[in-house]
Amino acid sequence: MGLSKERKAVLEGLCKQFRRTLLDTLYSVQTGHPGGSLSATEIITTLYFEVMKVDPKNPYWEERDRFVLAKGHAAPMLYIALAEKGFFPKEELKTLRQLNSRLQGHPCALKTPGVELSTGPLGLGLSAALGMGLGARLQRKPFYTYVLLGDGEIQEGIVWEAAMAGAKYGVDNVVAILDKNGVQLDGTVDQIMPLGDVKGKWSSFGWNTFEVNGHKVEEIYDAIQEAHQVKGKPTLIIAHTVKGKGVSFMEGKHTWHGKPISKAEYEAAIQELEGGR
Amino acid sequence: MAGATGKAMRQVYGETLVELGKTNPHIVVFDADVATSTRTILFGEAFPERFFNVGIAEMNMAAMAAGISTTGLIPFVNTFACFMVLRCGDPIRSLIAYTKLNVKLAGTYAGLSDSYDGASHHSILDIAFMRALPNMLVICPADGAEVKAATEAAVQYKGPVYIRIHRNECPDIPENDSQPFVLGKGKLLRSGKDITLVATGYMVHRAMEAAQILEAQGVSARVVNIHTIKPLDTELLERCAKETGGIVVAEEHSIHGGLGGAAAEAVGRLYPVPIEFVGVRDTFAESGDYQALLEKYGLTSQHIVKAAEEVLKKKGGL
Repeated sequence: MGLSKERKAVLEGLCKQFRRTLLDTLYSVQTGHPGGSLSATEIITTLYFEVMKVDPKNPYWEERDRFVLAKGHAAPMLYIALAEKGFFPKEELKTLRQLNSRLQGHPCALKTPGVELSTGPLGLGLSAALGMGLGARLQRKPFYTYVLLGDGEIQEGIVWEAAMAGAKYGVDNVVAILDKNGVQLDGTVDQIMPLGDVKGKWSSFGWNTFEVNGHKVEEIYDAIQEAHQVKGKPTLIIAHTVKGKGVSFMEGKHTWHGKPISKAEYEAAIQELEGGR
Repeated sequence: MAGATGKAMRQVYGETLVELGKTNPHIVVFDADVATSTRTILFGEAFPERFFNVGIAEMNMAAMAAGISTTGLIPFVNTFACFMVLRCGDPIRSLIAYTKLNVKLAGTYAGLSDSYDGASHHSILDIAFMRALPNMLVICPADGAEVKAATEAAVQYKGPVYIRIHRNECPDIPENDSQPFVLGKGKLLRSGKDITLVATGYMVHRAMEAAQILEAQGVSARVVNIHTIKPLDTELLERCAKETGGIVVAEEHSIHGGLGGAAAEAVGRLYPVPIEFVGVRDTFAESGDYQALLEKYGLTSQHIVKAAEEVLKKKGGL
């Protein structure tokens, strides 16, 4: 167990590349959500490039691992990872959110190869992931389902309905990851609707919980490996992250939830990312 | 009101699920703490490992079903029709309809059939919601035999289906049950040349009664059962408009957005003729005996006859 130095370096390199691609993409189309994509970069990268068994040539292979982007507004980062994997050509990223594109503003499973569930309206992803886990168990298929939630998202009531159901059915082939960046559209999570003791709440609902630094690929990787060892209950990995991570003027700012990027901002951001901060 | 089967539609539904479950291992059933009422309890007893009672959490139920359908299983989602629309509405739109997931939604206690529970539990806008959803099939069976046929057809069809199920026992309609059930194809139950009575669900029985009353008045009324509200059998409706020159639509639903709306959209475009609507007239109903509610809120055979007379006046035939 544990991530080798070489793999860690590979994943970190990919994260750097993906952040750059994200800025390029969102700047060119002048729409889309940078903040929540940047906070989820290491999580999505670790899943697709170290953990999950998927086959871009056979996207509907029955035993593939599933990923549900419950916080669907981070779609750009998901698309970047899927394109790098080879689910569709990278050039297509430039069509994000444009007419006739396969890359919708929020993920659409009918249109985009590799997208497992249409998401966007917050809160539905965890429940659906539990359904996928139960489907795997009933049919004795060995795949895991990973689901990425936003911390603003868990203000939705359905998330807590799912928390109860996950524990009742002991869905141990589902690993949920919380991108706890502390910021939502209108302000900080603490300002808008404080979540209280997140770890304590999920533990008391019957979930196994871990806490990691969500920008350290080795911590994310280790927590997922440990989650695989837990039987009889689902796992929530609380990933402490920074909204807008990697672009200092976006970090922790709710105004960067979904704002177009100006030329000056784009150039400053690229300079910072190229500087390898 | 007991029909020849002596069984409530929901009971037939529950028994049909068990029959289907015996031969199709892919069928799984979800309920939200009303399994005793929806009769999915029967499936739960027969196949406990394929039955999920998720508690009073309808939205989570529909989203879980969406997820499980992506693994190749065929989930049936069950709750009262009013909750199916209003509590499960988001996952039904955002996951199930949007992605054409193979999920079957059974809304029981539809229309005013949960009469004593009051307007909070009546369901008179579910057809409007469901038929506005792209990719959604909408079926409203008229009697027990048709509930069985519709449930079987829903399994054969790959994609989202809403089945609207009445709480109570409804009279069997021999003219209906002698014909094969084909998704998207209406059934001609009684021929006639002066007017067409188009009905769905329990109101089909009422339309048959109305046709008899009209016959005694010298009016030859055709009766059509539209069990599949979406996709609508527009070909049949167009033919009825041409051949009888007037239409009455009867349904246990608001007159806004249901079968009446669907039929008017089709007839208005294909072959405009006078049309009248029998349904709940933009109001909440109330608690009470089922038949008394139908009487007070305008859903009897007499109301259909009256609507037919209006149409006949407009077409100059009376």
